[in-house]
Amino acid sequence: MKAIRSMILVSSDPESMDHGALEVFSTLQKQILAHGLEEEISLSMISDVSKKSQNPLVLVYPDAVIYGSVTPEDIPHIVEEHLYKGRVVEEKQISPYDLSGRIAWLTARKGTLPAENRIVLKNVGLIDPEIIDDYIINEGYEALGKVLKEMTPKETYTVIKESGLQGRGGAGFPTGLKWQFVAGEKRDKKYVICNADESEPGTFKDRLVLEGDPHAIIEAMTIAAYAVGADEGFVYIRGEYGLAITRMQKAIEQAQEYGLLGDNIFGTGFAFNIHIHAGAGAYICGEETALIESIEGNRGEPRARPPYPTTAGLWQKPTVVNNVETLANIPAIIRNGPEWYKSIGTPSSPGTKVYTILGNVNVTGLIEVPMGITLREVISIYAKGMKDGGTFKVAQTGGSSGSIIPASLQDTPMDFDSYNKAGVSLGSGALLIGNQDVCVVDLAKVLLNFFRFESCGKCNPCRIGNKRAFDVLSRIAEGVGNLQDLVDLQMLSNQLFELSNCGLGQTAGSPLKDILAHFQAEVEAHIKLKVCPAGVCPMSGNWEHQID
Amino acid sequence: MSTIKSLDDLKKIREEALKKQQIKESSGKTEVIVGMGTVGIAAGARETLKAILETIEKENLSDIIVRQTGNIGLDSYEPIVQVAVSGKDKVSYGKVNPEMAQRIIKEHVVEGEIISEYQIKG
Ligand SMILES: Cc1cc2nc3c(=O)[nH]c(=O)nc-3n(C[C@H](O)[C@H](O)[C@H](O)COP(=O)(O)O)c2cc1C
Repeated sequence: MKAIRSMILVSSDPESMDHGALEVFSTLQKQILAHGLEEEISLSMISDVSKKSQNPLVLVYPDAVIYGSVTPEDIPHIVEEHLYKGRVVEEKQISPYDLSGRIAWLTARKGTLPAENRIVLKNVGLIDPEIIDDYIINEGYEALGKVLKEMTPKETYTVIKESGLQGRGGAGFPTGLKWQFVAGEKRDKKYVICNADESEPGTFKDRLVLEGDPHAIIEAMTIAAYAVGADEGFVYIRGEYGLAITRMQKAIEQAQEYGLLGDNIFGTGFAFNIHIHAGAGAYICGEETALIESIEGNRGEPRARPPYPTTAGLWQKPTVVNNVETLANIPAIIRNGPEWYKSIGTPSSPGTKVYTILGNVNVTGLIEVPMGITLREVISIYAKGMKDGGTFKVAQTGGSSGSIIPASLQDTPMDFDSYNKAGVSLGSGALLIGNQDVCVVDLAKVLLNFFRFESCGKCNPCRIGNKRAFDVLSRIAEGVGNLQDLVDLQMLSNQLFELSNCGLGQTAGSPLKDILAHFQAEVEAHIKLKVCPAGVCPMSGNWEHQID
Repeated sequence: MSTIKSLDDLKKIREEALKKQQIKESSGKTEVIVGMGTVGIAAGARETLKAILETIEKENLSDIIVRQTGNIGLDSYEPIVQVAVSGKDKVSYGKVNPEMAQRIIKEHVVEGEIISEYQIKG
């Protein structure tokens, strides 16, 4: 595929619009076409750029060159000189220091248009997953050999700790530290569990790895087992993933035949066996303690913590639970070292992240990119822009347990730290991109409907809170809400977060908080004006039929 | 099968597998690779694969290796078929239905003509 080499942004704040930003945009479009550059340059509008009077602005990225104030007459020269010949038009250039923090970030990234960088998906889509030799040709099982022959368990978890790898299952817990906790437990039996439940709606990244590169998971789990002193492991795969289960089973058998799994791995006497456990499709069983209950044959309900699984996990033994994507990073880190891993991504969140892109964009699918790229980059570079010329309005991260993110946060680097600071979360890697036709009340309603069904019912705040929040949202969507509902939604959001027993209820309040924080006017329009600005909600004045 | 007891054993297996792969590549055989992940299969990759195998049989073609792989991540383009003629860059085709698969075998694999309108472009 041809790669986009440059991204052009035109400021579109009200002041820029007054000064002809739209004409600048359309002239740029024409000039780019005239030079035949449309395949390699992406063009989009940007809001919230400037505090100063040099509007409209044109930003060229990755060079991080900013032009202002630009008129349509300037465009042919800029396109010809800069985009075609690669020479900066200095007389139109302005300093980035007058701009808002968001753009300061873009200039800090000068010269780096993020390329896809595949670590987790290195082999996926290239090798035949049912042939172990195909994996071995691609450096497979080399990391396991290195660990077993040349490293102590302590050295092993220390390398992972130093790499800065954080869990990709949603919570972002440091993986090396988790391993160290389990390694430090003096017990007769320990377990390693691979969480392949992938229960977040809209995520399918783990499935790709399981189907496309199952040996990577086996190798990583065995390395984890050696590091913590475990001799038995489980891969908990959701039952719907039939192909993943078949391929994983086949891979386990092949590894056993080669002596890479079993009682005498690499001839070292180290023993580790892996079982597959198929889940039955409950969202809550992706939560690690509910997952453990489920393997034990009990109803999938979360346990009270502490004690955490690292001290009392499966059958009360110390247990490592790691997500598929987390594990898929392990062999590469062992082979290449922690310094290499830290050179990718951002200082606080090293490595890559796999995202599934869904929604109103031109290209959906899966990408693996360095931590720290922005939503804008994802949409304009990888998703090839909004479908049918739509405007980006809202993104939903993380399957369900993520955040509703407004367009104003699209230049925030996507890593654990920056997203935390912005009050949103990355979730587990689904990116649902919505255009102007998405109603945030409806979106929140869909999410709360999901949570209300998936709540296991063990704790009251989650069981009742989700139902209550869904009812309130339904009323608003039917045009019979009142202003007290806004207060109630905020309260429910707080209580879900503070009082729920596990992550399900704790994150169920996020959509409520997010729409009140970023889209209050739109929610209020439903209540005060009795209109749904996006034209999605039924507004029928009757909500009784919603109750089931 | 002998078991792997050392890094050298692993290296040996890798080298043998690599050698086999190189023999395959230098034999002038063409590889046709079908993405067979869940997305590919749901989009019709099984029918596409069947059409490829049938065309090869019907046309009595030899020296073609058909193999599967996982899902490369370009879901909008599934089913994806890659053609690797030895010594040349891999060509990726998107949204390949059985008729297109037939054409790809006849025109690209047999006659060496890349069908550019089916190609996945960036
Ligand atoms: C409701 C709920 C659902 C979850 N679903 C998943 C899941 O499907 N897959 C997953 O890996 N982690 C899931 N988690 C997170 C796990 O509890 C746990 O944090 C994770 O498996 C740890 O692995 P990591 O450190 O490698 O991320 C879920 C958590 C909650 C609260």
